Amino acid sequence: MNNLLSRHAESIFWLARQVERANSTARILDVNESFSRNARGEHDWESVLRLHGDEQIFRATERRPTADAVIHFYVLDGENTNSVLSNISMARENARALRPLISTEMWVQLNGYHNRIKRLRKPDLRVENLNRLCSYIKECCQTHSGITAETLYRDESWYFHQIGRALERADQTTRLVDVKYQVLLPQPSDVGSPVDEAQWNTVLRSAAGFHAFRRVNPHSLSPSQVVEFLLFDKRFPRSVAASVLVANEHLAALRLKYGHNSKRAASNLLRKLTASLAEDTAEDLIARGLHEGLDEIQAELAGVTDALGREFFLLAEPDGTLQASIA
Amino acid sequence: MKERRPAGLLEGYDPGGFFCETFGGPKQPADHTRTVRDRLDGLSLAELRRRAQAAERELFNLGVTFTVYTSREQIDRILPFDVIPRVLSAAEWDTIERGVIQRVTALNRFIEDVYHEQRILRDGVVPAELVLGNANFRPQMQGLAVPFGSYVNICGVDIVRGGDGRFYVLEDNARTPSGVSYVVENRHLTQRAFPDLMRNIGVRSVSNYGQRLIGKLTELAAGIGEPPSVVLLSPGVYNSAYFEHVFLAREMGVPLVEGRDLVVRDERVFMKTTGGLQRVNVIYRRIDDDFLDPEVFNPQSMLGVRGLMRAYRAGNVVLANAVGTGIADDKAVYAYVPRIVKYYLGEEAILPNVETHICREGEGLEYTLEHLEELVVKPVGASGGYGILIGPHAGRKALAEFRRKLRADPGNYISQPVVQLSVCPTVTRSGIEARHVDLRPFAVTGRSTWVLPGGLTRVALRKGSLIVNSSQGGGSKDTWVLE
Repeated sequence: MNNLLSRHAESIFWLARQVERANSTARILDVNESFSRNARGEHDWESVLRLHGDEQIFRATERRPTADAVIHFYVLDGENTNSVLSNISMARENARALRPLISTEMWVQLNGYHNRIKRLRKPDLRVENLNRLCSYIKECCQTHSGITAETLYRDESWYFHQIGRALERADQTTRLVDVKYQVLLPQPSDVGSPVDEAQWNTVLRSAAGFHAFRRVNPHSLSPSQVVEFLLFDKRFPRSVAASVLVANEHLAALRLKYGHNSKRAASNLLRKLTASLAEDTAEDLIARGLHEGLDEIQAELAGVTDALGREFFLLAEPDGTLQASIA
Repeated sequence: MKERRPAGLLEGYDPGGFFCETFGGPKQPADHTRTVRDRLDGLSLAELRRRAQAAERELFNLGVTFTVYTSREQIDRILPFDVIPRVLSAAEWDTIERGVIQRVTALNRFIEDVYHEQRILRDGVVPAELVLGNANFRPQMQGLAVPFGSYVNICGVDIVRGGDGRFYVLEDNARTPSGVSYVVENRHLTQRAFPDLMRNIGVRSVSNYGQRLIGKLTELAAGIGEPPSVVLLSPGVYNSAYFEHVFLAREMGVPLVEGRDLVVRDERVFMKTTGGLQRVNVIYRRIDDDFLDPEVFNPQSMLGVRGLMRAYRAGNVVLANAVGTGIADDKAVYAYVPRIVKYYLGEEAILPNVETHICREGEGLEYTLEHLEELVVKPVGASGGYGILIGPHAGRKALAEFRRKLRADPGNYISQPVVQLSVCPTVTRSGIEARHVDLRPFAVTGRSTWVLPGGLTRVALRKGSLIVNSSQGGGSKDTWVLE
């Protein structure tokens, strides 16, 4: 059997990331909507824009960052490459290119998912319907994962899918933590207040981690415990540490089974990241500056993606030359 | 008491004086379709419609679609599927199969001759300027040998049946014919939606097309790679036939590549993989000659592979179909195919041509101008049923306009009498009605030729229409060849 086409490896890596990104976007909108329902009433939706570094692009829409405008921007705005619609459209286009590899069931589901997102109208996006919409988006993303696990042939494409999903999830979880901690920077007087606790509670729930967190910490809920859990708990599947581990394991298995040993930059970066996550604690990280720490993790994850691109996707150098040897 | 039998589905069906694929003609009743007719008669129109709708929905969900791109979005369309099958008897198929093999054999001999000795041109059987001046003639192919002299490895021959019940060839498709995926998918659909209709009838299978195809492609690579590495080269997801490319790659189990996935080094072709560059021996290409290699053909092409022709000429890669086969399916060359068959094989054509007048010849032009209102006039370069004049359906203004066009550029046209295309019972809004059909069998050639039993039956869904192309309101039917 031939090795996987580089283009297909890249497509399935991004397909997995795009679906996972839609999943996370839904979770972030959901959590932000929950915050906005808190005792203080009006809530700042601009925070979601800052979180993704999308303030400038949003400004181009010439709309005020109201709830409706931001929700539309992240769900249905085709001009916004981070919107659910954009991600699912790109995932579908990738799936179309991957049709010779993926199962028909994977294609049918993504195609239907895309068609339903495309058909969403204004009333579906109203704040009062947002929770239902976000649940629906999450569920479709999870269905994709399930069908993929059940039907995708376990060749290289499976590994690239898993690596892509894990890297995206790690990245998105750092952003989910950030939405609460950095952007909604608590007033000193709020720390430990019922409002603050309710918000941390919501963050955990949006990552589907509330009950697991409770089992680990039955008696208390402090910001550093939540950060510890979401970033470092290897048993929680959406944590950064668990996701980096998954990416690392799948990359190692890919190398072993398919003999990819010429370049190892991506593996080295992932190992370094795994080690630093293992050594770190939430307390230390918060003391050093959580936002900066999360930014650093994001940059390291981006470095892994670049290294994968150079090693496996055979992307041409900036001068157009191709650094690839004959197998 | 007499039991009241509901009116049969086909009761009241009127072939309108045309030869009918299901009922035959006045002198040739179609006995072989009796069982199918009886079974169809046992279904109600509502039941048939219900199953037809379910079948079409399934095609859409499975993505058995062609894609139409507008400036704003892409629209996936299915090729409309009519559930009433077109049934060919074993004897009818025998004629078609032998005729297609004969024709493909002769076309291959013709192409080989044109790119080597050009005997047929020197002997004046086919006018030299018609071939050498043809836009599809590729001087790069001169003197280049291809395995087994097999240039047209995949050929689609468009066949129609006239009022006399005989089959005629309307057109050869010797470059990159499409449609075979619908043959297989239509069959799968019939099997799911109408198991009761097919039971114990003995319909020849079409599901092994992919295996046959890769078998033939592998034959062509003898001595190049063991086992050879075969790929299917597609223009990509934006091509309207992309689904078929996916289908064929999957049925063969080979990578579906695009031009950007391939590179040429030292006159060898490689594909870019996660493990580095891997050698490619055979390319089933679904890209026209023009776009294959920007070094040799259209320099603007983004779809092809730079250096591919060098590798091809060095004998390091097989292209299927070979480059330059367009000279064999040109509408003007078509007129000479019966003579081409005779010249190389010493036989009469088993499947005759439709009578054809070549307007580049004075006699043909004169005849065409005189009988324009009775003739079908086709531009020789175009495809897909575009730019065709159907005389009997054209108004006076249109005829006058076409006369001017003809006089201005006679070399661009051929004309044929209107063939009274056979009909087949078809589900329409107003019940079961007769609609015109054609047939495109697919022939695959390596060392020898194999023909997929049946082929694509296209049906003109508009009442009275003779144009079956999918771009112009055509649909398709499952085609059964009986054991």
